[in-house]
Amino acid sequence: MAIHKGRGFACINYPIGMNLGGDPAQALVHSTPDGKFMVALSAIDLGQGMKSVTRQIASETLGVPVEDVYVDTADSDTGPHDMGSFASRGTHRVGNAVIRASAEARKQMMEAAAEELEVNAADLDTDGKGNIHVKGAPSRSITVADTAMAAQFKQGRTLSGRGIFLIPPSEADAETGEMTPVTCFAHAALVIDLEVDDETGEVTVTQINSAYEVGRALNPRLVEQQLIGGAWMGVSHALYETTEPYYPDRSHGPTDFNTYLMPGPGQIVPHHIAVLERPAEDAPFGGKGPGEMCANPVLPAIANAIYNAVGVRCDRLPITPEKVLRGLQANGGAKPQGLR
Amino acid sequence: MTSVEFRKDIFADERDDTLKEIGKPTIRQDILGHVTGRTRYFDDHLFDGLLHMRAVRSPHHHARIRRIDTDAAGRMPGVRRVVTARDVPVNLNTLLSLINFGRDDEPLCAHDKVRYLGETVAWIIADTERQARDAVAAVRVEYELLPHVLDVEEALKPGAPVVNEVYPNNTFDYHDKYDHQKLRFGDVNAGFARADHIVEAEYQMSPIEQAPIETCGAIAAPEQNGRFVCHTNTQALFFSLGTTAKLLNIASSRLHFIGGTAGGGFGGKVDSIVEPTAVLGAMLTGKPVKFAWDRYEEMQVGAPRGGERWRIKDGVMRDGRIVARQFTGFFDSGAYMRLSPYAIIKGTGHLPGPYSIPNVSSNVYCVVTNRTPATAMRGFGITAVDFSIECHMDRVAEVVGMNPIDLRILNAYRDGDMKAHRRRAKNTALIECCQVAAGKADWAISPDSAAASSLRGGGVGERGEIPETVTDDEGRVGERRAGRTADTAPATRGTGRIAAGQASAAVGAVPVQNPDMEIEVERIGHRIAAAQGAPAAAPRATAPGTATPPRADTPAYAPPPAYAPPPAAPPASAAPPPPGSYQPDQPFSRGVNRPGTSRFLSGTRRR
Amino acid sequence: MMAGIPLTFLLNGAEIGVFVDPGANLLDVLRRGAGDLTPKQGCAQGGCGSCTVLIDGAPHLACLTLAQNVAGRRIDTTAALATGPDLHPLQQAFMEGFAAQCGFCTAGMLMAAKALLDRVPDPSRDEVIEAISGNLCRCTGYEPIVDAILTASARMQGRSA
Repeated sequence: MAIHKGRGFACINYPIGMNLGGDPAQALVHSTPDGKFMVALSAIDLGQGMKSVTRQIASETLGVPVEDVYVDTADSDTGPHDMGSFASRGTHRVGNAVIRASAEARKQMMEAAAEELEVNAADLDTDGKGNIHVKGAPSRSITVADTAMAAQFKQGRTLSGRGIFLIPPSEADAETGEMTPVTCFAHAALVIDLEVDDETGEVTVTQINSAYEVGRALNPRLVEQQLIGGAWMGVSHALYETTEPYYPDRSHGPTDFNTYLMPGPGQIVPHHIAVLERPAEDAPFGGKGPGEMCANPVLPAIANAIYNAVGVRCDRLPITPEKVLRGLQANGGAKPQGLR
Repeated sequence: MTSVEFRKDIFADERDDTLKEIGKPTIRQDILGHVTGRTRYFDDHLFDGLLHMRAVRSPHHHARIRRIDTDAAGRMPGVRRVVTARDVPVNLNTLLSLINFGRDDEPLCAHDKVRYLGETVAWIIADTERQARDAVAAVRVEYELLPHVLDVEEALKPGAPVVNEVYPNNTFDYHDKYDHQKLRFGDVNAGFARADHIVEAEYQMSPIEQAPIETCGAIAAPEQNGRFVCHTNTQALFFSLGTTAKLLNIASSRLHFIGGTAGGGFGGKVDSIVEPTAVLGAMLTGKPVKFAWDRYEEMQVGAPRGGERWRIKDGVMRDGRIVARQFTGFFDSGAYMRLSPYAIIKGTGHLPGPYSIPNVSSNVYCVVTNRTPATAMRGFGITAVDFSIECHMDRVAEVVGMNPIDLRILNAYRDGDMKAHRRRAKNTALIECCQVAAGKADWAISPDSAAASSLRGGGVGERGEIPETVTDDEGRVGERRAGRTADTAPATRGTGRIAAGQASAAVGAVPVQNPDMEIEVERIGHRIAAAQGAPAAAPRATAPGTATPPRADTPAYAPPPAYAPPPAAPPASAAPPPPGSYQPDQPFSRGVNRPGTSRFLSGTRRR
Repeated sequence: MMAGIPLTFLLNGAEIGVFVDPGANLLDVLRRGAGDLTPKQGCAQGGCGSCTVLIDGAPHLACLTLAQNVAGRRIDTTAALATGPDLHPLQQAFMEGFAAQCGFCTAGMLMAAKALLDRVPDPSRDEVIEAISGNLCRCTGYEPIVDAILTASARMQGRSA
């Protein structure tokens, strides 16, 4: 009867966006009378931060403070079509649509400011703090608010933009499977440290060390939320979750949270994360979506660590204590594979 | 406890880290609503006279419906309306048909047959939820039990019960030709023949639940002007609106869907069942109607992540290079297809994983069985096969006696490598992730692994080429059920060959609709591979059904149609400016030419 | 419809009266009867904790509480956690600590945390974990929530977190 330590590794990549394309996203951006900007979408925030990241993308592209931008979603009467929040497509598709709409609105804003300042729009820049100024001469400036008012009440100019982002739909070949799945991929690698109790079969994950490559962390805290929450879900998936514990037999399926097991706050695993950023060319500011790939490497890394700990190959998920014990029994006991 | 570090040093020369708002840890727009309890979810809308709709559900895996007796239920206190399949104007719900993929195979409400435990056979609308539940319990349904099938490979055998007559072979018909999706790249059997080791294993993942804390639900109500408003937590607003319009035969302009805020989704709120149901209830009663899963329904009736079974066979050289990899995959779609056929294609495009393997083949099946239909969940189409691949890599490492991380890095894909789906890899970073994770865990890797880079060594020789490919036409629709094909793995003997080098061009984004929509190149924050000098892909003879060729006029920041291999040596034509001396009329250069550098050279951008 | 039974109780400091059915649970009465939408329904079976409210200062699952049993008692929900426009330190800490994603569990978590801090102003990490162990979260992995509660308690004690 012993606790055996084990360590396992896994690495993956993840396709960003709906496979084979054909999933458009649209955005509408317009200025209020005094130069605040509203972004109208029909994209869905599931908690991953859709409203927040698109707000930052609009703010950066427009060149105005984020406090002056608000994202409204989702109302089918006012928000233009978006395919939906799935397939890690939100940041990539909706983000790009927001950039396009914001760019168009910015162009008009700069032209309006140029008319007020009597310069060429190409000579102007935004400072991100609510001002538009001549490049190299920050004192020659006008506020975004004044620009918006002049545009709308004096010049007769809109400050609004529309954007659509689409990877056109393609097909997979029937004979070879040739296809363009997506245009960019995120990456991850991680190491799981865990312990296996060879008397109860219980597995306790003790530490995770990981590296995730996400293109660009558009908001580092939002990325962190996904990576921590996703790794938790990966542990849960590997060791606990199932709707059919004896699949393909349907009996004993859980019906509530008492019987559908997930780790709780008493089982928090310290997770040491490194974030890498290799911007994807066609992604908004290079950012790929970390929302789905964050759980995937955890599952095999846990299985590999259990093998390292006690020599049992767990090829069927979830890896319950019963499966570990049956494996130990079949092997005639724990067979640790050596420290790493 | 948990720590997060940003390795800004890695790939630094491809980024500009001086953006103003991007990269900031700005407080979430919605979190003030969350912490004050004011964020509005679908159920946080008060309607007076709200009615509650609940479903009568099949207790059997597979049965014919002989009779539904709702008389007693209809007379119970508070019951406003009994709703059956006859009340659904167009009783066929399949999401994929909205994008012209697959056939409609699923009723919103069963009428002649039930195909899974929990399938809807009728609904009750009542004043309170309690009254609706009591009336549901009073509905009497006579069933004639039918044999059922719950295992994916059993479902493929001749004589297996037919789950769904729309797909009589119990599989999705790919390209109206095969009962599976193929991937063929090179010649795996030749690869296996020359390999030093063969490593085979099978992996299985059971279904799991998305289990968001908020269940799927919608409230629909008549609005002004003959419209219906629907508050919903769907993950896809217009998918749900479009499905509702289709099922209820109502113009989409008469539907006003409000959502955008879900209490978790994870893929479980894409199927668009609750919205058409709630709107149907509102149409039939003229009142606001709520239809939502309770927790039991969310667990066992709402679609889970489908179970998957994968078999992998690798041919490995003794130095650890994987020279051939073969997959046989079975996706358990449950009783109806929903989004599963799409997941098989997504999974196929993912193979063989982030590795450069010169011979790859796979057959992946989308199988129907008599269980709860499956749907998307975080990692749809990828999670199970990645579990399989990464467990398998460790098996391979053990067989060749290699450090598992060294094995990954040895086989990792790099910029310029040709993938099995015949597109070049770019923007890769697997090697760097492996190196950093190993470093964080103090897991020693070989000096070669530590020195490897995604930017070097890719696309060279065999790695960059499309090999001659062996094809077969096994597994045509109907053959398996008729007993003429039994083996599910890719054929061991091919019947055709496709010449080396055959591929279409990659598909990129549609350019901006008008130039004003394009953000200035210097504000995008990352380097773009030099569009100038990149040779266009030579047009290939395209086989039917291959990808659309890309647009010719791609904007500056869209990827070029083909990868331009880095120059072997710095160009000799232009003398570089002397180091340290900036010539204003020439592009800024540090006087150093590294392969693959673009116009934007140093890590710091001058504005 | 059935004639309702009159029920009076204190909700966030104000006395309210509603008519309820005999079997009505407190969650339904709060949300649809009193119009306080802050407690959420995640499972209606006491499994997730998103309906957590305070009854006389102690945390209870509103979905499993018979409404009639709160006659004359004091109910507190997230709706009155803030003091006017000023956030409670717990709310501030959750916000700054990114301790919510979809937000559906947040109201219940805050109530469970408040009940703890009212009773144990300087809890250990284990005490915090114990206090929220009846509240499920599917998004965050719990650690940001535990950290936020500890940050709030430190600030309320006048210490920097």
